Amino acid sequence: MPTIVVEVMPKPELLDPAGKATAGAIAKQGSTTFSSVRIGKRFELTVDGEVTDAVLAEAQRLAEEFLSNQVIEDVVKVEVA
Amino acid sequence: MAVRIGVVTFPGSLDDRDAQRAVRLAGGEPVALWHGDHDLQGVDAIVLPGGFSYGDYLRCGAIAAHAPIMSEVIDAANAGMPVLGICNGFQILVEAQLLPGGLIRNDHGDFICRDQRLRVENASTAWTSAFEEGDEIVIPLKNGEGGYIATDETLDRLEGEGLVAFRYLDVNPNGSLRDIAGLTNERGNVVGLMPHPEHATEPGFGPDMPDAMRSGVDGLKFFQSAIDAVLARV
Repeated sequence: MPTIVVEVMPKPELLDPAGKATAGAIAKQGSTTFSSVRIGKRFELTVDGEVTDAVLAEAQRLAEEFLSNQVIEDVVKVEVA
Repeated sequence: MAVRIGVVTFPGSLDDRDAQRAVRLAGGEPVALWHGDHDLQGVDAIVLPGGFSYGDYLRCGAIAAHAPIMSEVIDAANAGMPVLGICNGFQILVEAQLLPGGLIRNDHGDFICRDQRLRVENASTAWTSAFEEGDEIVIPLKNGEGGYIATDETLDRLEGEGLVAFRYLDVNPNGSLRDIAGLTNERGNVVGLMPHPEHATEPGFGPDMPDAMRSGVDGLKFFQSAIDAVLARV
């Protein structure tokens, strides 16, 4: 069955404390390769049947209105896997 | 007849019983409401209590904001009924767009639990009328995701219209912008805050105060204000 992937990231201008803590832990392991980490979310929406434009539009609406909070997050991807 | 204040229990609510007790101590009649119902049981005011509804899945308060009873809560709030959101309840109000902005993980990354001094910035809401503007109060605070954020434009509007209800004093415990601890809506019937007024309602069980340990009861005035607001409307 087809899957639509939705990805949500904290807005770039906002502090991402979880990402910052993870970046700190990476640095403590001795790695100097990566300067920062940001943590987002990935949703996999399984579709019963065909992915039509209407289905994609519904996924986009859900992504913007429910899966993300537009005050603090951006939807960065809505696409068929 | 006692004013009836409903307290909604969601899966994962923790402080619903404490909120009911606070209503009783303030002289009201607590009414247990259930998230899965479409029935406010004729209450006069509503408290959305603290806790971790739906395990904080998706975002704090996001799933609860779409619970069945929330359609009635939102209608009642829009019709002027006093609604108080405490901690997770504040997050639910924000997710339900009854109050603007968002709440994110504390800037220092840790859960924090402390007796927090606050300044009452707006004493004309349904939940703060028993205070004087500028009152400094002590209310327990306990949260992991209490950092209040909004756009500069929204923050300026909140300040300009007097919608900041409470501000943190001494320390900003979670990185909230402009030290915002709580908000009200334009009408003043909806109030949300991260600290827990229901935990400062009974001597012996409240926050430590300068004169005696655990004697703080500043939270009582929240519930007394709502009772006054309901009685003033009848």
